[in-house]
Amino acid sequence: MTVSFKPRATALSRRSFLVSLGGAGVAVAFGGVPSPAQASAVAGATSGDFAPNAWVTIAADGMVSIISPASEMGQGVMTSLPLLIAEDMDADWEKVRVVHAPSDAEKYGNPGFYGIQLTGGSETMRGYYQLLRLVGAQTRKVLLAAAAERLNVPLAELGTEPGRVVHARSGRSLGYGEIATAQTLPDPLPQATEADLKPANQWRYIGRREVDRVDVPSKIDGTARFGIDIDLPGMLHGVVLRAPVPGERPENIDDAAAKAVKGVIRIVPLPYGVGVIGESYDAVRRAREVLAVSWTASSRVRRYDSARLAEAYRAVGRDLAQAGVPARAEGDAPAAIAGASRVIAADYLTDHVHHATMEPMNATALVTGDTVEVWAPTQGPTATQGFAAEAAGTSPDKVKVHTTLLGGGFGRRAEADYIIDAVSLAKQVEGRPVKVVWSREDDVRHGKYRPLAAQHVEVGLDAAGNIVGWRHRVVADSIFARTMPDMFKSDGGLDTVVTDGTIFNYRVPAHLVEFIRQDNGRDVGFWRAVGYGQNNFGVECTIDEVAAAKGVDPVAFRLELLGGQPRAQKVIEAVARMAHWERPREGRALGLAYTDAFGAHCAQVAEVSLDRESGEIRVHDVWCVVDPGVAVQPRNIEAQIVGAIIYGASHALYEQINIVNGEVQETNFDTYRIMRMSEMPRIHVQVTPTPENKPAGIGEVGLPPTGPAIANAVARLTGGIRLRHYPFLPERVKAALAG
Amino acid sequence: MTAFTINGRAVEIAAEPDTPLLWIIRDQLKLTGTKFGCGIALCGACTVHVDGEAVRSCQTPLQDVAGRQVTTIEGLSPDSSHPLQKAWIVEQAPQCGYCQSGQIMQAAALLASEPRPSREQIVEHMDGNLCRCGTYDRIISAIERAAQEG
Repeated sequence: MTVSFKPRATALSRRSFLVSLGGAGVAVAFGGVPSPAQASAVAGATSGDFAPNAWVTIAADGMVSIISPASEMGQGVMTSLPLLIAEDMDADWEKVRVVHAPSDAEKYGNPGFYGIQLTGGSETMRGYYQLLRLVGAQTRKVLLAAAAERLNVPLAELGTEPGRVVHARSGRSLGYGEIATAQTLPDPLPQATEADLKPANQWRYIGRREVDRVDVPSKIDGTARFGIDIDLPGMLHGVVLRAPVPGERPENIDDAAAKAVKGVIRIVPLPYGVGVIGESYDAVRRAREVLAVSWTASSRVRRYDSARLAEAYRAVGRDLAQAGVPARAEGDAPAAIAGASRVIAADYLTDHVHHATMEPMNATALVTGDTVEVWAPTQGPTATQGFAAEAAGTSPDKVKVHTTLLGGGFGRRAEADYIIDAVSLAKQVEGRPVKVVWSREDDVRHGKYRPLAAQHVEVGLDAAGNIVGWRHRVVADSIFARTMPDMFKSDGGLDTVVTDGTIFNYRVPAHLVEFIRQDNGRDVGFWRAVGYGQNNFGVECTIDEVAAAKGVDPVAFRLELLGGQPRAQKVIEAVARMAHWERPREGRALGLAYTDAFGAHCAQVAEVSLDRESGEIRVHDVWCVVDPGVAVQPRNIEAQIVGAIIYGASHALYEQINIVNGEVQETNFDTYRIMRMSEMPRIHVQVTPTPENKPAGIGEVGLPPTGPAIANAVARLTGGIRLRHYPFLPERVKAALAG
Repeated sequence: MTAFTINGRAVEIAAEPDTPLLWIIRDQLKLTGTKFGCGIALCGACTVHVDGEAVRSCQTPLQDVAGRQVTTIEGLSPDSSHPLQKAWIVEQAPQCGYCQSGQIMQAAALLASEPRPSREQIVEHMDGNLCRCGTYDRIISAIERAAQEG
């Protein structure tokens, strides 16, 4: 694959805003003001509207259009990002219209994510926060300066109220819409620095529970438009029959029966499958069922057997002679462990898991000459430009991406396979858009699963039970080797996203983390919380085991290891209080886990019971305390955490993709089980903001601790029986109980 | 030709009689609020009402609705005024939103037959509707609110 997720050229220096480090911190300056025509192209505004920058357009009636640069997949960024601009420009939120950004990394790329448009890694709020607040502050200064001129008063005498510039002395004021009609920008344009940002005690929108999400009304009446809902004039429909084993090609295609299906227009051989184009989804769906295709049977993935590989990976983890690429090497952990009076060592296995977004993969493409338009529920518009260009044989700048709402993302929609389908088929019928929709079976069987992984964790203790060395070996295939090949190479073969979560904030005197890549030819991908989701399992279970070996309480032990880190300590103390940690439960037990993922601090306690006969675990309650730094939308943070706990519990208890001879065995929700309403624990979330800290990412951090909290609870319930293999299937639990 | 009523409007559809109602609703009638999730009645994203009863439109052949009344999310109320829709907003239930039309239609059928359901009845009735974002607790709260406030 020649196209990477991150284009080589960085676009940062050519942004419409020139971001530079000044004496007062980050400063924003206008670098070329868009003409009204450009502005309307961007924001769908009418000419005559006032566009002080590439993000904000103000209409004469006072309506403010604000660009939302990131993909909305349920995590709330379509509200929380425009809200930042609205806050610092002092807009009236009731008069704000959110407009989704076009594919234009130069203007709308995430400064915290290589300057590209890619929504993921919990980097959206973290990456855009400062920039968008500065955009808001500068917009306000432009409006103030323009008003000073109009009212002929000194600038210093002016202030703002939501949607208005106010001259308190004279009692006169101008609405933002009235200022907009003048169409004049002050010269020179005002600059905004951190000093211009509204102090926290003056925030009207940030941190307020009563600010609703802007996308919710469209999601209760059927008007929300997801990728699958795209309908264009002359649009055709497509499906692709993919090779059952990745890397194989169609050899013989008997398409006589498929062509005979009414409404079928064309059968298209592809390098990885066979496409069907037709007048309706029902027609192409029927045609695909009667396609007879034989495959090359040549892929090395045919040897891929996930159960066998899990054991092989475990053996690699244990074989300390097999060197890995160090992710962290502080002190001499192996020597410290060799000299320890006691060693705690264990292996943790985590099966492949699938995203299972409720909206199956889909995309619509139109190829006309050397230009391509794509309508897609994608997390990565910038990468989509590259992949679509490659599929169409053109250049990325000729590709326009319209990002729709996403019916779930969780990392799956950072990929482009479904987009390549649409572009490849659209190229066959130039001038007519083609919408490709995957069946659920396509979606489950052709996923980009979280890597199958084995972890070997060993910890050396001194005679008093103190940790003297910590060694953590992560054995898995690499995600970055495929998606970020340049970075993977420059990091010397380390995949930092697969090892995420191994580098923790517990204080240990010697710490070695190694990554040992296993390349077995099957693509693996970003799955909600990625490395943290697996590695926090190994870390947090080990912490509990060390505490047990030392004979101390797991809460107290963590507080000790997190000395000098009050944010971490506070969430652990708070969740212990919330769960009444000290109170014994009849027939049940509590387990705790903590993570510092994505800039947040998150601690959870799970209360579980166990049916020893059937091996079924029941999670009754999960308590969670999260410190997100600034809580931009506290009510949404609660929702994200609750959702991530369910996702985390679901994957720890049920979810697995089994691959036999290269073929995925699961097909739909009957075989790929995700948590249902009746299985959901009671969840109690407390968000404890610390507004003096930058906002953390909150879409993923709730996931990692749920699994280890459950495992730690089971260990406390059973007198130390350890579950070390996700998911905790009943037969695995019974095997663990039987020793 | 198959004739039926959808959201109060009489329609006649030319399609194979075994075509899933879901694709008639989405692709022919352009009512895209009803979603495709799994195709085999395992997730509930495609839930609509047929003569007031919640059914999975992906597993309902066109011929089965001949002469019957079909209601989709677009026809639940003319202006988002159904008590469930109002409660859904108050509780801020949706995240990605993809499953929510199906959830609301499933819940509407419950309230029509059981105006004051217990939490257990709600969970039992809603258990066939999957939500990957994990909005279940807010869905329960919204149904309870709608039942209270009517």
